[in-house]
Amino acid sequence: MYELIIIGGGPAGLAAGIYAARKQLKTLLISSDIGGQVNWTLGVENYLGYQFIEGAELIDKFSAQASQYPIEQKIGEKITKLDKVEGIFEAETESGEKYLAQTIILATGKKPRKLNIPGEDKYIGKGVTYCSICDGPVFSGQRVAVIGGGNSAIEAALDMVKIAEHVDLVSLTPLTGDVILANKLSDASNLNIFTECQTEKIEGHDFVQGLIIKDLKSGTGKRLEVSGILIEIGLIPNSEQVKNLVKLNKMGEVPINCSCETEIPGLYAAGDVTNAPEKQIVIAAGEGAKAALQAQRYLQRLS
Amino acid sequence: MTEKKVTIYSTPTCPFCKRAKTYLSGKGISYTDNNVAQDKDKAKEMVRLSGQMGVPVIIIDDEIIVGFNQTLLDKLLAV
Repeated sequence: MYELIIIGGGPAGLAAGIYAARKQLKTLLISSDIGGQVNWTLGVENYLGYQFIEGAELIDKFSAQASQYPIEQKIGEKITKLDKVEGIFEAETESGEKYLAQTIILATGKKPRKLNIPGEDKYIGKGVTYCSICDGPVFSGQRVAVIGGGNSAIEAALDMVKIAEHVDLVSLTPLTGDVILANKLSDASNLNIFTECQTEKIEGHDFVQGLIIKDLKSGTGKRLEVSGILIEIGLIPNSEQVKNLVKLNKMGEVPINCSCETEIPGLYAAGDVTNAPEKQIVIAAGEGAKAALQAQRYLQRLS
Repeated sequence: MTEKKVTIYSTPTCPFCKRAKTYLSGKGISYTDNNVAQDKDKAKEMVRLSGQMGVPVIIIDDEIIVGFNQTLLDKLLAV
């Protein structure tokens, strides 16, 4: 039995781990990866202490700092179910292993939102990607579609027009990204923009060969001949494992108060998985620290 | 102990690729890095070998790992 299990290894989870270790809590950190969404970030310019640092380097520093402390870490494991039975939390992994704790900090962050259209799952890694900065360059010289209308999609499209033969930017709504970014799109000669268009189906054989879209204004369908589909339509919280335990908000986030407490005593949450406003590395780290300190106070009250 | 042959296919902008390379270097393991953003032939080779287009792809002797999977890396690197 642990005093605390931290679920998640991003900035919130690792900061919680460091604080918990310094309070000498018997702690287990379980996460499918280290770094979370920072893994999707090229450079960071707004984390205190660094004028600029690459996302990858920041993660390595976080990880090295956390590993200095005697907290048990299980990386590469995913918690799929969380229960509270007679005052004790049971965290169950994908492989069916169970870990028990008096308190939990849920710091599972967010994941890319999917289109949920036919062909999407089949072609993940075979033309469909959710990490434009990672996989975008693999499509150099090819025809690609970027899906989304926000800043991430516009930035991906602006990166791709430099290296791809042709880029289609497909958005369900009018473009919602910053005007200053969107204006840069008009400089590109190898770009078509389809706004108010719905993605319907991804087609191909072994790899992606086309994307069917439907113009919502005219109702007409169209097939885009692309071999890459870069999906940038935002993020959703990784909160499935607690949805039977707490009432999630409309966005699927875990509601917390300013002490990182959820409605379940002993269950804390921190970072992007919560309803705390603004999703930033520095904020997630701060929330993780706060959650660990609050969990420690809770444990003191129990004893 | 024979040294294993390690090859990585990466893009310069991919944080997972950087972490994988830092991890290998930190363990004192030398590797061949193929930048698939620049080298189209190597990009094709990566797709042919791994059957997919995501980076990084790491090949240790004959074993192919897609993505930065530290647990699997440790397992395959262990002699």
